[in-house]
Amino acid sequence: MKLITAVVKPHRLDEIKEALQAFGVQGLTVTEASGYGRQRGHTEVYRGAEYTVDLVPKIRIEVLVEDADAEQLIEVVVKAARTGQIGDGKVWSVPVETVVRVRTDERGPDAL
Amino acid sequence: MNGADTTFVLISAALVMLMTPGLAFFYGGMVRVKTTLNMLMMSFISLGIVSVLWVLYGYSLTFGADVGGGLLGNLDHIGLAGIGPDTLTDGKKGIPVFAFALFQLMFAVLTPALMSGALADRVKFTAWALFITLWVTAVYFPVAHWVWQEDGWLRKLEVIDFAGGTAVHINAGIGALAAVLVVGKRIGFKKDPMRPHSLPLVMLGAALLWFGWFGFNAGSELAADGTAANMALNTQVATGAAMLGWLVYERVRHGAFTTLGAASGAVAGLVAITPAGANVNALGAILIGVVAGAVCSWAVGLKFKLGFDDSLDVVGVHMVGGIIGTLLVGVLAVDGVGGLVQLGRQAVGAGAVIVYSFLVSWLLAVLVDRTIGFRASEEQEIAGVDQAFHAETAYDFSAMGGSSARRDLPVAAPGRGDATEPQKSLNKKVDV
Repeated sequence: MKLITAVVKPHRLDEIKEALQAFGVQGLTVTEASGYGRQRGHTEVYRGAEYTVDLVPKIRIEVLVEDADAEQLIEVVVKAARTGQIGDGKVWSVPVETVVRVRTDERGPDAL
Repeated sequence: MNGADTTFVLISAALVMLMTPGLAFFYGGMVRVKTTLNMLMMSFISLGIVSVLWVLYGYSLTFGADVGGGLLGNLDHIGLAGIGPDTLTDGKKGIPVFAFALFQLMFAVLTPALMSGALADRVKFTAWALFITLWVTAVYFPVAHWVWQEDGWLRKLEVIDFAGGTAVHINAGIGALAAVLVVGKRIGFKKDPMRPHSLPLVMLGAALLWFGWFGFNAGSELAADGTAANMALNTQVATGAAMLGWLVYERVRHGAFTTLGAASGAVAGLVAITPAGANVNALGAILIGVVAGAVCSWAVGLKFKLGFDDSLDVVGVHMVGGIIGTLLVGVLAVDGVGGLVQLGRQAVGAGAVIVYSFLVSWLLAVLVDRTIGFRASEEQEIAGVDQAFHAETAYDFSAMGGSSARRDLPVAAPGRGDATEPQKSLNKKVDV
């Protein structure tokens, strides 16, 4: 199994969710995140004092999939997340040893 | 007794009361999350302390018969002695002294609260309480006597200060500067970002201040008449103009029309029109507003250049705005009053308050610092003084962890006592 993690622009969440549902993904986890890559933050002004805000708000989407689906799923996410502008984010996958469904004790791909 | 005037003054007193919580929100939104409650409390506590002091001796020191030289009132009215429901003020403004005393009480509450913004995030709550107790006693009561008691020396000099440009705003601004010089900078001043944590709260506070200020300014006439109406109109006009002045300056210098700028500009205009509004026409009020907005917008940057940490710009807004209004009315006063002579009087009034208030405020701050210590410890300041002095936090950001367990669902408790027993103790000793 693989854990696919995508850190992307917050306003793409709905498109990504719909694309994943169309692909057949049963569940996912979304968290608010902040960070920076090539896109840096912005400047804010309070009574003339300027502050540089480095961290940009993002969302992190995590999905568990079977190995065979991983590449295709990454493509689905990338396509849905892309705006072509700087700051579109990144998607990556890592291998997962064990997954357990808490309610039933099912393990491995059955737990997805 | 004049019923209409009495009604007006009583309502105005309630309006002015609202300014202190309004100020608390104005300041509270500008600090970081970890010191929000302390900032609210530094203003709010003044409603407690000064209300009591006013009855005990404040009214008497301020409005008691002059002890000589127009410097201070006597002690005849300690505990409001000699005043009853039937005691009226003199002259055309025949209203109960109780109404007048209540109205003036609200000014005495607001003025020390104004200083709190300069000392944000870093002073002990007990030290602050002691400082404002001493400060209203040794600074505010005498200066208000100079300006408003009929034998006060600035009033006899015919200095125009209708509602408190000198006694309230210059006084609080320069007093705050003196206290800041004693207390020192916040840890991280000029290095760490200290962004306002809630601009909506700042805007709410500014709105409450603006609303209450009609009572502050127009109510100072102590009569429901044309002067009060002129003052109310000018209060609105100058405040609007000052907001525009601040925003235009800011747009040119910093590239944006900020929410904080709009709120700050409004307050700067309210400050500047306070001494002046009853003696100028509406066009004069616009001029005072625009000048105050633009100049205060510039003045709030001085602390970075000069290196004093007037955290929420009490000096830049209240002292500078107060001076602008106090001086400009000397020139712009209608009915042939305005001119060089009057400008000179205004300068004497402003200068006297600046010198006296700075020196005494500085001495009082040193006194507090040398006795009980003015500053919070470094650890308390970094963790946030809310937890250290109030054992509370303003916001609960997380539903997971952090909160204490609910105690209202007894789990198989044999006796009711166990389940309803109050929380044993806080983890940390509460040190105030």
